[in-house]
Amino acid sequence: MKSLEAEGQALAKGPLQIQFLENTPINGYGFTSFQDKLNEIDLYPLKPTGIEIFQINLGKMCNQVCKHCHVDAGPDRKEIMTRETMDACLNAIEESGAHTVDLTGGAPEMNPDFRYLVEKLSGLGKKIIVRCNLTIIVANPRFHDLPDFFKKHKVEVVSSLPYFTAVKTDSQRGEGVFEKSIHALKKLNAVGYGMEQSGLILNLVYNPSGAFLPPNERDLKLQFQKKLRDKYGIYFNELFTITNLPISRFLDYLVKSDNYEAYMEKLIERFNPTAAHNVMCRNTISVGWDGFLYDCDFNQMLDLKLDIPDPHLNNFRRETFNIRNIVTNNHCFGCTAGAGSSCGGAISG
Amino acid sequence: MKTYYNPQDLKKFGNIGEFQKGLAEKFFDYYGETFKDGALTAREKSLIALAVAHTLQCPYCIDAYTTDTLEKGCDEEQMMEAVHVAAAIRSGSTLVHGVQMMNKVKDLSM
Ligand code: SF4
Ligand code: SF4
Repeated sequence: MKSLEAEGQALAKGPLQIQFLENTPINGYGFTSFQDKLNEIDLYPLKPTGIEIFQINLGKMCNQVCKHCHVDAGPDRKEIMTRETMDACLNAIEESGAHTVDLTGGAPEMNPDFRYLVEKLSGLGKKIIVRCNLTIIVANPRFHDLPDFFKKHKVEVVSSLPYFTAVKTDSQRGEGVFEKSIHALKKLNAVGYGMEQSGLILNLVYNPSGAFLPPNERDLKLQFQKKLRDKYGIYFNELFTITNLPISRFLDYLVKSDNYEAYMEKLIERFNPTAAHNVMCRNTISVGWDGFLYDCDFNQMLDLKLDIPDPHLNNFRRETFNIRNIVTNNHCFGCTAGAGSSCGGAISG
Repeated sequence: MKTYYNPQDLKKFGNIGEFQKGLAEKFFDYYGETFKDGALTAREKSLIALAVAHTLQCPYCIDAYTTDTLEKGCDEEQMMEAVHVAAAIRSGSTLVHGVQMMNKVKDLSM
């Protein structure tokens, strides 16, 4: 499987996705835009509440090509953050006052300067989160020591595992991914990740393998805990449920499988005002591999830059950042449906 | 093409109150209450609903509870097992009536 970009598909391009999201009528609804919904609850324009989390996308390269990937990542993507841009990130992190740095990709570990950045961040005393796809740990001998490296820097590991069975996991993430993920989880457990009183946090991420919404986070966590423990002897801390946003490869899937309208209709129907008040872009900043700034990783993939003059790391000022209007569009319905969704899972009960 | 069953009609279920408001309200209150977590979890109830939907062979309910069980965290294997439970009870209840047939045959036979 290739990325949409490598296949030259129209929906690989952010502006075309936006055009599609704005202009495709939703059956039975005429059309309710996200802006209208925010207006209804006096939340438009959406404003930030401060910077707590500094999320950095280290590049689009990945060893997997998951069907739902909102980054359109894969081995064929070459966009990758340089050490120079990482240094600019480090300055901006100090300026921002963020307490947490969230590293994502692609597979962030594939960036040749990944360890350099983690070491620097560790020196700054920031909480570090790495969104690790698990299979990277067992993909190549040069990654085999990642669990020890994570442990050394007390990195919090957040990993996708869409289900506790191979069929469902592999149908979303690729043939053989489940088995490799189990192998990697065992390695993380072996150094203490996910184990009681180790202080080493291993959180899992569930996202639906199809055009439906995630289950209740608490209930699903109990199922995951039982199945992974009984069958594989695997332990983890929390399970985050994340809704698939209608962008990039998941959007392409929705359109091709004729699920787009029904899915959008469902997202709109389940609009939850409490979730809207707590969307993650209000306390997060997202940096792209080339140093441009965004409200979140989703906006980044749609090429919707921060609504400030010159939205680049080199001009980062906390004040401008805190008074901006957050750029929203209809993909945002994915963050506000049902219990809501963020990089940290559901956002309201 | 016109058909008796239209998937779009499922979304209009809530409109049954147009013709009889009071009873519809009572029904939907009861329905909502029934499917909440109780002595059984909402997930277990959803699987029962899926099985019953197959027994009734109601396309609306099969549509609704296929989505609902997925959204309650069930997988295909669990869902198909629920359908087998429905099928086993259906076939079992057919077959157990074979005893009546046997009784009658014995009554009538020398
Ligand atoms: S979802 Fe994650 S692991 Fe899968 S292709 Fe995208 S970046 Fe890679
Ligand atoms: S998609 Fe991004 S901008 Fe939109 S609500 Fe979600 S986090 Fe905020």
